[in-house]
Amino acid sequence: MLKFLIRRVLLAMAVALCVSMLTFGLLHVATDPAIAIAGEDASAEEIEVLRVAYGFDRPLYVQYADWLSNAVQGDFGKSPYFGLEVRTLIAERLPVTAKLGALSIVFALVLGIPLGVIAAVYPNTLTDRLALSVAVFGQAIPNFWFGLLLIYVLSVQFRLLPASGTEGFVSFIMPMIVLGTNAVPAIMRLTRTGMLEVLGSDYIRTAWAKGMLPRQVYVKHALRNAVVPVVSVAAIQAAHMLGGSIVVEAVFALHGLGSLAYESILRSDIPTMQAIIILFSGFFIVFAALSDIINAYIDPRIRIS
Amino acid sequence: MSTHTDIISETVREPGPWRLLAGRMLGHKGVVIGGAILILVILAALFAPLLAQHGPFQQSLADRLQPPFWMRGGSADYILGTDHLGRDYFSRLLYGARVSLLIGFTTALISGTIGTFLGIIAGYFGGRTDSVVMFLVTIKLSIPTILVALAIVQLVGGSLQTVILVLGFLLWHQFAVVTRATTMQIRGMDFITAAETVGCSTPRILATEVLPNVLNQVIVVLTLTMASAILIEAALSFLGVGVQPPTPSWGIMIAEGKQHLFFKPWLVMIPGVALLLVVLAINLLGDGLRDVTAPEKR
Repeated sequence: MLKFLIRRVLLAMAVALCVSMLTFGLLHVATDPAIAIAGEDASAEEIEVLRVAYGFDRPLYVQYADWLSNAVQGDFGKSPYFGLEVRTLIAERLPVTAKLGALSIVFALVLGIPLGVIAAVYPNTLTDRLALSVAVFGQAIPNFWFGLLLIYVLSVQFRLLPASGTEGFVSFIMPMIVLGTNAVPAIMRLTRTGMLEVLGSDYIRTAWAKGMLPRQVYVKHALRNAVVPVVSVAAIQAAHMLGGSIVVEAVFALHGLGSLAYESILRSDIPTMQAIIILFSGFFIVFAALSDIINAYIDPRIRIS
Repeated sequence: MSTHTDIISETVREPGPWRLLAGRMLGHKGVVIGGAILILVILAALFAPLLAQHGPFQQSLADRLQPPFWMRGGSADYILGTDHLGRDYFSRLLYGARVSLLIGFTTALISGTIGTFLGIIAGYFGGRTDSVVMFLVTIKLSIPTILVALAIVQLVGGSLQTVILVLGFLLWHQFAVVTRATTMQIRGMDFITAAETVGCSTPRILATEVLPNVLNQVIVVLTLTMASAILIEAALSFLGVGVQPPTPSWGIMIAEGKQHLFFKPWLVMIPGVALLLVVLAINLLGDGLRDVTAPEKR
């Protein structure tokens, strides 16, 4: 187990390093950071002065090494647009996105797991079809449009919920539904397949033969085993939600990391952009590693391969 | 000349594999419904100039914000109404289908080429090549797609080509994973060994022996990737980073209609429903093709 653990952590670190290198390179090749700071109408000399002042005249790998050595200490530089430490900006915006992400994954699990269980308990019936079509729709609906649809129905027509803002739980309901819906199809399908597999196994037949109640068989015996892969997918989906937050926060005017990313992209604010990309992919890498490690802990066969 | 063989195939021989496949496809509801909607949309996009009464860029400020024909005040002149600049909404919807389909298709083609190539060589050679490819896939998966796509497209400058290229390089991982698994399964089979023994070159084996056997899965992933590319393009254009106005992209139409959500909701609803329908059709088709081509389901 220890060997597996070390290998997995090393892999995660290597991936993080490569992602940071790749995105740093891409962002600096895609644009001239000096022009981004100076603005489009700056003169050539002004740009040259800025280039030297910020160290953009150095080779890219030197700049990257510089950035990396600061980043591992938690220093992501200063945002040229906001005029603040990127660290401070992120700390300011993180709570909103964290809250949104946590609520959304809970929403997705609360909707996805029961749907998957019901679909598996009544396979190939109308119930199953309905549950599956929820998944099909969830996969196809454009999330920004779904958000506008909810605003129109719940805020404009029925005046039930505020269309934007960050006050209390109420203003998080619609963003939660929109962001959570993205993850429902994967969770639902996986629960369904897992349940179908488990329900056909011998120990479930034994449980029925013992005369156990359906609820006990489905929940206590079957779901417990079927839900294991769902946990790891949920972890991955939670990390994906951070990326989705950029669209959802724009629709509902939430001031979280997603909107910070959007603003920094519109202003060509490279240090902020770079930091948020690394943060989001860092979440993904950590969550993926954690779910692998948890799975290996549960299932010893994984450790060996 | 061919009548002779036709008679044989119909009376004596069993139906060929293609006919079997076609039969299974026509028997699958998802393939039929999804395929029918998609064909309709493709035809509508192709014949947009014939179907639309007005040009997609043609402004008529006197007729701005007209409702669709089924609402009060609507007319047959603008069957889906007009937008804030008085442009025919139906026409923009049709031309928007062109943008969505073009981006979906070319993106899927680029990412399909990259992913299939990587997947096949990983599955065929195994060992270190496989490790490298899987490491690349892990890196790709760890990159937040929408965020990076937004950043790069904005920095380079939004246009149709940029969006296609950036998304093409961001959506290949599924192809690699799927073709790698299949290639590994057929790697040890007799026909591959036979080709190796006869002395076929490796590129030839990959192209003529391996590739045809992974093509089914590639087509399934192609449809699903096309759907996600269309959704991401719409999201980018909605955020104002992507295809630029006045190009009629459904994402841009929704963004422009958003200002009028309170009083003219159809401006948001119509392109949104179109987007939902197209993505739904492509997904139905893709899921259906997977059912139809999966050997274990036969």
